[in-house]
Amino acid sequence: MNVEFLNTLASVVANATPLVIASIGETITERAGVINLSLNGSLIVTAMAGFIAARVISFGVDVDAIDMIASAEAGLIGGVVVAMLVGALVALIIALSSIELRLDQVTVGFILTLLMADLAQFLGQEYTRIPGPVVPKWPVPLLQDLPLLGPVFFQQNVLVYLSYVLVIGLWFWLFRTRPGMAHRAIGERPEAAYARGTNVNRLRYVYVVLGGALVGVAGGAYSLHFKPGLSNPPAMQGDGWIALAIVIFGGWHPFRVVVGAWLFAALRAVSSDIQKNGLAVLGQTIEFNFVLLNGLPWLMLIVTLLLVSSGAIERLLLLLPGPVQRRMRSVLRSDPPRAIGTTFEVD
Amino acid sequence: MLLPVLLSLLLAALLVLAVGREPQEVLEKIWQGAFRNTRSFAGVLNFWIPLTLASVGLFVTFRAGLWNIGIEGQILAGAIFASAGALTFDFPPELAPLQLLLQILLGVLGGMVWAGITGALKIWLGVNEIFGGMALNALAGVWGIYLISGPWYPEGGSAQQSRPFLENALYPPLSRDWPVGLLAIVMTAVAMVLVPLIMARTRWGLQLKATGSNPRSALLLGVPTTRVAMSAFLVCGALAGIAGSYRVMFTYGSFRPLVAGGIGFLGLLVVLLSTMKPLWIPLITFVFSAILAGSTRLRVSLQLDSSLAGVLQGTLVLVFILFQGLRQRLEARRGDQAGDVSQASASSQSGLTG
Repeated sequence: MNVEFLNTLASVVANATPLVIASIGETITERAGVINLSLNGSLIVTAMAGFIAARVISFGVDVDAIDMIASAEAGLIGGVVVAMLVGALVALIIALSSIELRLDQVTVGFILTLLMADLAQFLGQEYTRIPGPVVPKWPVPLLQDLPLLGPVFFQQNVLVYLSYVLVIGLWFWLFRTRPGMAHRAIGERPEAAYARGTNVNRLRYVYVVLGGALVGVAGGAYSLHFKPGLSNPPAMQGDGWIALAIVIFGGWHPFRVVVGAWLFAALRAVSSDIQKNGLAVLGQTIEFNFVLLNGLPWLMLIVTLLLVSSGAIERLLLLLPGPVQRRMRSVLRSDPPRAIGTTFEVD
Repeated sequence: MLLPVLLSLLLAALLVLAVGREPQEVLEKIWQGAFRNTRSFAGVLNFWIPLTLASVGLFVTFRAGLWNIGIEGQILAGAIFASAGALTFDFPPELAPLQLLLQILLGVLGGMVWAGITGALKIWLGVNEIFGGMALNALAGVWGIYLISGPWYPEGGSAQQSRPFLENALYPPLSRDWPVGLLAIVMTAVAMVLVPLIMARTRWGLQLKATGSNPRSALLLGVPTTRVAMSAFLVCGALAGIAGSYRVMFTYGSFRPLVAGGIGFLGLLVVLLSTMKPLWIPLITFVFSAILAGSTRLRVSLQLDSSLAGVLQGTLVLVFILFQGLRQRLEARRGDQAGDVSQASASSQSGLTG
C-alpha cells in the first residue's frame, strides 16, 4: 500500500475527530432521552471560548502579543477545560428547561444554537485571525510502528486518541455494564427504570451535562487544532448539524457513529483533493465548477437519513447468517431511544 | 413580557461592557441607526417586509406542528428564481408591472419548490424536516455561490454579487425620502391579516391545527394529514419566496449568496415569541427589524460586530421562553395543591373511558 494513500486515510481519521467527539457526546445525551439540538451553536461558542482561554493563558490579554507568557501546554489544557465548561453550561440550560420547566427540547435547543453562534461572533471579534497555541502531534510509542495501523491511527494528536477511547468506552459502558444499562433504560423506558429504583431525572442531568462537555471538547478541538484560531464565518459552520445527523445515521450506537463521521470526513477529503488536483475519470479530465463540491456533504446528509428512514440499514441484518445477525442487531438497529424528547414526570 | 425584556437588555448591556464599550452609547447608535430620518426608517421597513412575510409563513407551518428550519433556504431559492427572471427579462417600460409580477411569481415558485422538497422528504420519505431543511439551506447556499462564480459572474466585477438588475426589474421606491417598495408593504399587510384569518375561519385552518396538535387522531377523524402538512410547507415556501424576491429586487438590486441573511431563522424566533398569537407577529417583527437595521451601523461607528443584534434577539426569546415555562410550572403547582382530589378523580375517570 503506498504512503500517499495511508496519509490520506490518516488525515480522514484526524479530520473526523471533532465530528466523532461531538456525535459521541450527543449519543450520550440522546441515549438518556434528551436531544441537545444546540450542537451547531455549541461547537461555535466552545471553539471561541476554548481558543480565547488558550490564547490568553499562553500569550496574555494583548491580542497583538507575540511573546508567550506561559507554556503552550498550559494554554491548551486551560482552553479545553474552558470549552468543556461552556459546553456543559449550554447543555445544563437544556436539561434544566426540559426537566424542571417541561419546555420543549427542540425549541430551547434551536434558540440556543442561534444565540450561541451570535454570541461567539460578538465576543470573539477581537480574537479572529490571530495565532494561538495548537495541539501538537504525538505519535504513540510502539503502536506507531505497527504496519498500516500505525501510520493511520497512531501518529496523530491526543484529541484523536481521546476520540478512540470515547468510542470504545461508550460502547463498553452502554452494552457491557450495569449502570450503562440504566443509562439506556432512561432513554427507552423511563417509567420502568424508575420502578426499578433509578432516579431518572438526576441521571438525565448527568448525561446531558456530560454530553455537552464532550461537545465542548469537540469545539475546542476545532479552534485548537483542526481549524486553528477563529474566523468569521466560523470554519466549522454547519458541522453541528452534520454531527446531529451522524447520531441518527449511527443508530445511537458508538461504532456506527464513528463510521458515519469517517464517511463524512472521507467525502471531504475526496472533494478537497478534487479541488486541488482536478478530477479525471479513465484518463479524461472532467471540467466543472468546483464550488458545487461544497454541496456534497449536505447531499450525503440527506442520503444517510434516507438510508435510515427507509430501513435499508436494518434490512442488511437479514442478509447476514443467524449468529452474526444476533451479534450485529444492536449495531444495525435504527430506532431512536423511545423516550427521546419527552419529559419524565413522577406521578 | 416586561421582565424578560429588561433582563435580556441587562444581559446585553453586560456583554457590551465585557468588550469594553458603553451600553448607553450602543443603544443610542442603534436607535439612531433605525430612526434618525425617513431613509433610516425605510431601512427598518426593508427588514420588516421579508421578516414579517417569513414569520407569517412559519406561523402556518408551526400550526401544522412542523419545524420549518428550511425557511432560510426557501428565501434564498425565492431570491435565486426571482433573480433569474430579473437577469433574463427586459420588458418595455409600459409592461414593467408585468415583468415585476412575473419575477415575484418566480420567487414564489422558488420558495415553494424548496419547501416542497423538504415536505416531500419529511412526509413520504421520513427525513425529519429539521435536518432536511438544514441540508437544503446549505444546498441553496452552494447553488447561490455557484451562480455568481459561474453563470452569473458579472463582467469585470468580483464574484460577490451578480450584475446589478435593470430598473424595470426592481420594485419602484415609494419616493426619494422613502426608499421602500410600496407594493411589498401592501402584500405583507395583506398576508399578515389574511393568513391568520383564513387559519381561524376555514376548514383548512382547522385541519392544520388538528394535524399539528395530534396527527394520529386527526388522521382517524378523516383529516388528510399528509396533504395538509404539504400545503403548510407550500404556503410557507410561497411567502418565503416573496420575501426572497424582495431582498434581491429591492434591498440589494442584484443577487448575492448571503441574501437570506438569517431572516428565516429570525422568523422562527419571532413566532416562538408570539406564542402563536398572530396579532403580535407584525409588532415583534417591527422591533426586531429596528434592532437589525439599527445595528448595521455599529461596525462603522463603534467598530462593534453587528452580531450584537442577534445576541439581543436570541437572549430575549430564550429568557421569555424560560419565564413562560417557569410561570406555567408555578401555576401547575398551585393548581395541584388546590385541586389534588378533584384532579385525581377526573384522571381516573378519563382512564376508564379512554
